[in-house]
Amino acid sequence: MFDDFFIRALVAGIGIAFVTGPLGCFVVWRRLSYFGDTLAHSALLGVTMAYTFDLNIAISVFLISSVIALILIQLQKKTNLPGDALLGLLAHSSLAVGLVVIGFLTFIRFDIMGLLFGDILAVTTDDLLVIWTGGALILIVLKLIWKPLLASTVNYELAEAEGLNPDRAKAIFTILMAAVIAISIKMVGLLLITGMLIIPAAMARNISDSPQKMVLFSIIGGLLSVILGLYSSLEFNTSSGPSIIAAALILFILSLFKIKQSIKLKN
Amino acid sequence: MNFNNNILVKLNNAGFRQSEKWLVEGVSLTVEKGKIVTLIGPNGSGKSTTAKIALGIYKNIEGTVEKYTTKVGYVPQKISIDWTLPIRVYDFMLLTETIDDSAIDEALSLTGVIHLKNKNLGSLSGGEFQRVLIARAISKKPELLVLDEPVQGVDYTGEIALYELIKKISDTLNCGILLISHDLHMVMTATDHVVCLNGHVCCSGSPLDVAKNNEYKALFGEKASQILTTYEHKHDHVHSDEGEIKKN
Repeated sequence: MFDDFFIRALVAGIGIAFVTGPLGCFVVWRRLSYFGDTLAHSALLGVTMAYTFDLNIAISVFLISSVIALILIQLQKKTNLPGDALLGLLAHSSLAVGLVVIGFLTFIRFDIMGLLFGDILAVTTDDLLVIWTGGALILIVLKLIWKPLLASTVNYELAEAEGLNPDRAKAIFTILMAAVIAISIKMVGLLLITGMLIIPAAMARNISDSPQKMVLFSIIGGLLSVILGLYSSLEFNTSSGPSIIAAALILFILSLFKIKQSIKLKN
Repeated sequence: MNFNNNILVKLNNAGFRQSEKWLVEGVSLTVEKGKIVTLIGPNGSGKSTTAKIALGIYKNIEGTVEKYTTKVGYVPQKISIDWTLPIRVYDFMLLTETIDDSAIDEALSLTGVIHLKNKNLGSLSGGEFQRVLIARAISKKPELLVLDEPVQGVDYTGEIALYELIKKISDTLNCGILLISHDLHMVMTATDHVVCLNGHVCCSGSPLDVAKNNEYKALFGEKASQILTTYEHKHDHVHSDEGEIKKN
């Protein structure tokens, strides 16, 4: 049944939506959207690595993103530059280095547009395996660190005082971020992965009153975005990434009406 | 070595320095089961810092902290919730530990905010939020309770009721309490041990001892000292020579 490229893309997208939903909520809560962007930009370097040394793209991207995250943490400790400047520095320099390296790799034909915006034709059966096993692992680990991560999102000192070890949860979450970018880069493209994390979560925020509900709605929003986006991508012959993100945007706009209603009710 | 197994947390000459400035130094104190230790002192005297040292929030400290419990409840002085997170009072009660519904209801009833259980945390007033914070800390039945100005923003009658509640919790749960309070009446009536801070321990002992201490008088003024000492003599009865109790 995975012979059809469209079915493969759909199965891949659904797997990704299950993971980006919950992770995206934490990205929104912890104000990490720029951090996600930085990791995604550095993914290009990971892709070039994969081609150069003939590695699996997801694994290579995961390694490079994790290294960039570690470098960021070190720079935050050792320099006096503000966090957003460091993020911008790493995001654009790793993107630039990645593009320069591509220039040297003249023997390989790169589909740059596919890398930047996602390409549903590129999804193979192997990718499905990576997405679904990787995704399941990410969700299991997230479930394990859910309590300390949520508690430290609300208040770091409370979590630390009551013995939840928030620093460890934060470090693990950083690795999960690198992992989710690694498994979704082919599908959504590196410029738009952060959108897949943030937009369904932002939509869910508008219609939720508890953390669990927001995670649930964020997953549902992601799933709908993938399905709507991929069908319209097929219909209008557009890139898969932008189509999925555009669908997510439409859902977000619809969710704004719900806010308006609840504000009216309060008045 | 811990010879006294009632000890929950013990600070030995502890201090904390932030960018070459001592926030507090040389603090030694012990919180035992069923006892209330109160920290008093002017603003910036290191009360909250001392509490955070005892809780293990600050890592690079001078001196040592011995902690003999992991069941800790904490009411921080300042807590700002980021409203990108939708969270109800009910979710907040489950934040650091999974407890059953009846324990949640009981704690919220004790602090008088059971009616807010399904309200969004962001919609509460300052005093309501403070009551929820206390409820959350006591609902997990901690062995050590650290309360950093727990009744700030609570109305006057509520303040008295909450202090009575805190005293009752220390008795019923037999938990040790480290309390930071400005309320000298409270300090007098319920506290077993007072530590007066001003960047270091300026004096400590029973409330009455501290009230008589000259350093305390210099720090808080003669009047504050009188509050404590006169309070001690506001009995509603006298003891006769035969040992009988006569009501006033």
